[in-house]
Amino acid sequence: MKTVVFRIWRGDATGGKFVDYTTEITEGLVVLDVVHKIQADQANDLACRWNCKAGKCGSCSAEVNGIPKLMCMTRMDTLNTDKPITIEPMRAFPSIRDLATDVSWNFRVKTKIKKFKPRKPDAEDGTWRMQQEDVDRVQEFRKCIECFLCQDVCHVLRDHHKHDEFIGPRFLVYTAALEMHPLDTEDRLPELKQSQGIGFCNITKCCTKVCPEHITITDNAIIPLKERVVDEFYDPFGWLWKKIRPKS
Amino acid sequence: MATNYETHEYDVLVIGAGGAGLRAAIEASAAGVKVGLICKSLLGKAHTVMAEGGMAAAMGNVDDRDNWKVHFADTMRGGQYVNNWRMAELHAKEAPARVHELEAWGAVFDRTKDGKILQRNFGGHKYPRLAHVGDRTGLEMIRTLQDHGIHQGITVHMEYTVVALLKDGDRVAGAFGYDRERGRFRIFKAKAVVVCTGGLGRAYKITTNSWEGTGDGVSLAYHAGAELLDMEFIQFHPTGMVWPPSVQGLLITEAVRGEGGVLRNKDGKRFMFDDIPDNYKSQTSTDPEEGWRYTQGDKNAKRPPELLTRDHVARCIMREVKAGRGSPHGGVFLDICWIKEKIPNAAEHIKKKLPSMYHQFMQLANLDITKEPMEIGPTTHYAMGGIRVEGETQATNIPGLFAAGECAAGLHGANRLGGNSLSDLIVFGKRAGEFAAKFAKENSASQINDAQVEAAAREALAPFERGAKTGATADGPYQVQHELQEMMQKLVGIVRREDEMKQALDGLGKLYEREKQVAVYGHREYNPGWHTAIDLKHLLTISEAITRAALDRKESRGGHFREDFPDKDPAAAKYNSVISKGADGLMQLRREPIPPMREDLKQVIEEMK
Repeated sequence: MKTVVFRIWRGDATGGKFVDYTTEITEGLVVLDVVHKIQADQANDLACRWNCKAGKCGSCSAEVNGIPKLMCMTRMDTLNTDKPITIEPMRAFPSIRDLATDVSWNFRVKTKIKKFKPRKPDAEDGTWRMQQEDVDRVQEFRKCIECFLCQDVCHVLRDHHKHDEFIGPRFLVYTAALEMHPLDTEDRLPELKQSQGIGFCNITKCCTKVCPEHITITDNAIIPLKERVVDEFYDPFGWLWKKIRPKS
Repeated sequence: MATNYETHEYDVLVIGAGGAGLRAAIEASAAGVKVGLICKSLLGKAHTVMAEGGMAAAMGNVDDRDNWKVHFADTMRGGQYVNNWRMAELHAKEAPARVHELEAWGAVFDRTKDGKILQRNFGGHKYPRLAHVGDRTGLEMIRTLQDHGIHQGITVHMEYTVVALLKDGDRVAGAFGYDRERGRFRIFKAKAVVVCTGGLGRAYKITTNSWEGTGDGVSLAYHAGAELLDMEFIQFHPTGMVWPPSVQGLLITEAVRGEGGVLRNKDGKRFMFDDIPDNYKSQTSTDPEEGWRYTQGDKNAKRPPELLTRDHVARCIMREVKAGRGSPHGGVFLDICWIKEKIPNAAEHIKKKLPSMYHQFMQLANLDITKEPMEIGPTTHYAMGGIRVEGETQATNIPGLFAAGECAAGLHGANRLGGNSLSDLIVFGKRAGEFAAKFAKENSASQINDAQVEAAAREALAPFERGAKTGATADGPYQVQHELQEMMQKLVGIVRREDEMKQALDGLGKLYEREKQVAVYGHREYNPGWHTAIDLKHLLTISEAITRAALDRKESRGGHFREDFPDKDPAAAKYNSVISKGADGLMQLRREPIPPMREDLKQVIEEMK
């Protein structure tokens, strides 16, 4: 048994404050366990999202000692328990209450990205053929659990509030998964350049650092998309070729 | 008075947004009706994301001897022949098309060398049959359905909880619930309602289920007059984490064993060879070397005993633990790292095949599964029983009310095979959506009864009123919930006995009384104490149903094991347990004969023996 202090942000959209909770912990706990213990014993109404408690659903995102993390995957023995541990909601999104934030913007953004459009089936029975090495990179992007920690840490959203002009790392990864899907035939590059604001990303890689699924967001998703946008819109030879190539 | 609540009107209302709910909503909207979808959490977070191993579909991509008949026979054998055979038939026949449909909607499954969807071995399946994506197949399914569904014109209500189903005479008229964010009540008026609320594992202390798995849909349907079926059959998954305590019960995929993982006791012995049931003897290897070849795709090898059905493996583990041959924290060892004796680059291979297991143990237990064995033990995983439905349409006995997925019963009989759940969701989710839309088209609008709405609102708010009256002296919802979970774990768990279950019924009586006194404090906005108080009623209802059905079945079959009746009773193979709410408000239980199987299906089972 060890006594720890959790300094948890309590409040809503109108404001709030940190409240200290002192509790005992045993071996092998994660931060979410301690939040649950406080919820059960001291603060029944402490709002916090969680589901799977195994790092698979991406619900319990929060900032633990200032760092965006999944509470269910943050072991207590990785934190210094001699000092109070601060737990606050993701700051890039509006507060609902306590640790729960309004992440609905993310769901609205996704509906604006053109859906998957497969090529005609390869076989007569209506199925397709793809090689494993051709789907590996898309499978990396599809590991995303939509915890939105990458959105939380992205300075374009967090500090500059460009929510209307930039879709954020999560949806660049989502777009990359569609664009690089071997079967997909849709073209999403014009929107990426225009309304989705890929140019705002200046590849500081903060998103990659916080991704609990270890998706190499910047290198594998965003940079290749940026290259495709450049090739499409800024390459003079490519532009010329598109003008003069014979129409088939 | 009821008109004061905001009302949403749909042709089809789907409650629950896991695999079954999303698939039902997609199908109903494709039929051209107006669809509303209620999620208890955010969209895409439902328990389906936790499914790891894969979805069973007899596509025959890896072994062309596979077909629907083998899958049908495997499902019936696994379910010990109390399944709804029509559902087992439809499931086996339609699963391949449903899997291909997911691919057409963007799912990216692992591939065979010739570019088809790869299939893996799993317990109780004769051939490699599970389409999968590493060990995160459930995430792939829910994300594919979600990303397809958001372009279908479905109205999604995220973080809403339903507290009652509403009726118009005999038929269903909609649902009444509240939004978590503000705690405001809403009326959902609908011509047809599809319940897809998933599992009820939170009735037990050690479970793979998240906070959502409180049996809401089963309880809501029961209180609205729907019949429940085979509630005694609960699946205890053999491999849950046992250490550290905070992750006790967390699922470890069966795919670990499918990829060659073996079970050992503290003496290092592979104890699964000690007890192979008669009906699996012809398919099970007694030679470790042959078992290994099976996991590596040798078509002529028989499966290792670690891949026997989950009910049997769980009981063998309990036997080892009880005999004092368990691991330090009360489980046994699951070892995948031993395959380094067999293949080069074993560590890389394990990380590629079981990436989320690797991370789960590294991060939560500080253990490298490529170097050390895991400590595991049984955990409450899945309810085979649930709302009684008609096999083809998923209709309940209440006109306009449908159910699909884990909350519905029938497909899995006394024990579900791994991989048959994800395929269940898409096969019967689709059917429920299709027939709910048909019902909505053929029937006029229902009427909302104000008195029902007001009664449901009063009941939902009662814990706040008690909180205001009693101050901080009353029971909180968490305390009562924890006691219920402890009791069910101890008295109605893996090994059951008449005296203990009677004790559980007494205990439930006391917990019902305490539930009526539970108080919550604070405001209605995003108040987890309040949500827990509401879930508690559902947990009590389904716990009573499980206990009554388990007491009545005086034999051992599948997930239901009676220490006082350890054998199968052939006579008990002929009925299902049906539970309904009597006119006096009390729970009624009756045994109903299973309809005789069609001759052609009987023949299939004979051929596959």
